[in-house]
Amino acid sequence: MCTMIVKKVNIDGSGKGTAGWFNVNQANVSYDHPFHIPMEHALNIDFINEDLGPGARVAVELSEQAARSLVASILEVLDQAKAGGHLI
Amino acid sequence: MYQTNMYEGMVAETITLPGFNGELINAYFARPLGDGPFPGMVLAHHMPGWDEWYRETTRKYAHHGYATISPNLYFRAGHGTPEDVAAKVRGDGGLPDDQAVGDLAGAMRYMRSLPYINGKVGIFGTCSGGRHAYLTACQVPGFDAVVDCWGGGVVMSASDLNSNRPVAPLDYTPDLACPILGLFGADDRSPTPEQVAQHEAELKKYGKNYEFHIYPDAGHGFFYYNRPNYRQQQAVDGWEKIFAFLGKYLASE
Repeated sequence: MCTMIVKKVNIDGSGKGTAGWFNVNQANVSYDHPFHIPMEHALNIDFINEDLGPGARVAVELSEQAARSLVASILEVLDQAKAGGHLI
Repeated sequence: MYQTNMYEGMVAETITLPGFNGELINAYFARPLGDGPFPGMVLAHHMPGWDEWYRETTRKYAHHGYATISPNLYFRAGHGTPEDVAAKVRGDGGLPDDQAVGDLAGAMRYMRSLPYINGKVGIFGTCSGGRHAYLTACQVPGFDAVVDCWGGGVVMSASDLNSNRPVAPLDYTPDLACPILGLFGADDRSPTPEQVAQHEAELKKYGKNYEFHIYPDAGHGFFYYNRPNYRQQQAVDGWEKIFAFLGKYLASE
């Protein structure tokens, strides 16, 4: 059954979807039914731009472990960039 | 039951019908060719959307002699691939219950307006659709049978309630006016076997006509042949139980 566990976060970036690059202004992070990964529930991230319709979506579906590894890696890379003076 | 020397024909197409608040939505409609009379079925699609599995299931019911409508419960989310539209609804935290019930009730009324219906209409749903099917059968007069397949969230704690889902479907049980068939997996986590037992106890308490089956070695969505939870034997038996149940309660008098 759907968990309905979801968080929306406003972001600023670009994503590459089926029609090419577009501006993404929101990420929906859910732990719910995925469409492709063979799991009942997964950590799903949809990078979207609602102004462009439902097709403006870059999707990933991750296992819990993969999602936690991703989060840790993102923070690690940002910390390294900061330490190197690359973040303004 | 189909015999090999029978004629069989079917029409399956997209239609438009009035749903919640009279708003037009689209729907997939499959029916056997001929004058009927045919029993009717309304299908409440699952959270992953108004997808290919639901189109196939709509035609499956038609093959078994039912005029069958699967309304697009995600119509208001916009259009795109079923997955993209369903992802949008998932991001929005699901559908408002009153909207889903209104759309399913609209499909039932549309069905009843057709000249070849035998006067009996059932409703079927899986996953969130099982929950919506139960809610609709409890809240809207006009259904003669309901099939709830692994509908989680029928039993809800107070902390689960929100503006989209303000009342636990279990609380509407006294209003259920038709027989119910429930199919569930023993390994499912929503609904858990304990929640299914609680639902069953409530049906028993109010003297409802119910038939619940909990399949061993099956989890959530064990009919979906394209997902890892598919269980062949349980799915075959489940479909047999569905058509036996509907044959009993939706047949022409």
